[in-house]
Amino acid sequence: MELTTIASGVLMASEEAEPMGAGEHAIPILPYMPELIFGLIMFGIFYWFVATKVVPNLEKAYAERTAAIEGGMQAAEQAQAEAAAAKKQYEDQLADARAEAARIREHAKEQGAQIVAEMRGQAQAEAARISETAGKQIEAERQQAMVQLRGEVGQISTDLASKIVGESLHDEARQRGIVDRFLADLEAGSIQPEKLGTGEGR
Amino acid sequence: MAAVGLVLPMAEEGESHFPPTPGDFWQPMFAIPGTDYYFTRPMALLAIATVTLMVWLWLTTRQAAVVPSKGQWLTEQVYNFARNGIARDMIGSRDFMRFVPFLFAMFTFILLNNLFGIIPPFQNPTMARIGFPIGLTAIVYVVYHWVGIKHKGGLGAYLGSLLPSGLPGWIKPFILFLELITFFITRPLTLALRLFGNMFAGHMLLVVFIVGGWYMFKTFEPGLMAVAIPAWVLGGALTVFEGLIQFLQAYVFTLLAASYIGGALADEH
Repeated sequence: MELTTIASGVLMASEEAEPMGAGEHAIPILPYMPELIFGLIMFGIFYWFVATKVVPNLEKAYAERTAAIEGGMQAAEQAQAEAAAAKKQYEDQLADARAEAARIREHAKEQGAQIVAEMRGQAQAEAARISETAGKQIEAERQQAMVQLRGEVGQISTDLASKIVGESLHDEARQRGIVDRFLADLEAGSIQPEKLGTGEGR
Repeated sequence: MAAVGLVLPMAEEGESHFPPTPGDFWQPMFAIPGTDYYFTRPMALLAIATVTLMVWLWLTTRQAAVVPSKGQWLTEQVYNFARNGIARDMIGSRDFMRFVPFLFAMFTFILLNNLFGIIPPFQNPTMARIGFPIGLTAIVYVVYHWVGIKHKGGLGAYLGSLLPSGLPGWIKPFILFLELITFFITRPLTLALRLFGNMFAGHMLLVVFIVGGWYMFKTFEPGLMAVAIPAWVLGGALTVFEGLIQFLQAYVFTLLAASYIGGALADEH
């Protein structure tokens, strides 16, 4: 009753343009049917729009995002695995190279030692050969000198003896035998030079 | 042109009276041809809100990308809120996806219509006209009962499932009676009235402070003019507060709708 009075008073300027029961519509707790139906229609349209145009797009973007993140993680994992494999390969190669280098060094050392030994052997052989040759030559020269000396000494001593004895013994057959015998005795040490010297002085 | 003009707030026309009355919410614009009914300003606002939402959502999600634009990001925040914060939490991750479009549409629809209560030049919460909350509630009502009947496999099984298991025999009829009242009367009634009442009362409050301040100011009496300023300050503060309530009511409505659907889908009562 009071509500209706207030409501009709409220309708003010639009009072004359309000032929039907304005008071009834002004009661806030009663739904105005056109509004109710209009609200249903509008929400229906909006729901249709959201369900067919908005949510599928958003969900598609979400799914793509999830896939992208998962794919990225997978790619990262793969890259990591690849990097690890490459690292392992490099390390293996490095270890191989180290072993190879050590092996080569060892080999070189061995070879070097062998070469040194070989060279030493060769040098020793050469030295031995040279010294032997030298020895032989010296011996030959000594022999030659000895023979020559023996001849000369014989000559000189014979001359000397001839002069001393006063008679030539040169063509005497025993002449050679005496000198040779004397020299052989000298060489054998049965006659000491000191003795000779002493004998000569006597 | 006249119709467009009428979409603007009625406060100017309302200057002729104070305090505001429930009748202020009755804002006819023009008669619908061939009927006795009127096209009202809240209906126009509802249409504007719907079109605005559709245009916004279309622009921001039409080319929804993995890396979102600013608009898409904003829409996604609201969408995530409705999808994960309401639908998934209330219905559970098994079934919620079916209801996400419905709940997201419900949430954004109510939210923008509520926010029209403080957004110039509309400044009228559509949901303060009870026809709209009743319409939305009717949809929720049909949906959760339908889902429940389908899930339980028939009307009888559905009604039977309302009864918690393990009750002594003599108490069953009483509990069933209470559950029936809850499911078929209390829930829809409170759902519609909560939204309507909050929007209606909140708008009245704002009008009291802002228009009331104007009335006091208009007297050009120093005492009343001095009171008008705090009234406006308070009106401003209440507008912010009202914005919070408008968001909260949209949230609560959607949350309860999701909760009713989730309850209907639950295997154990």
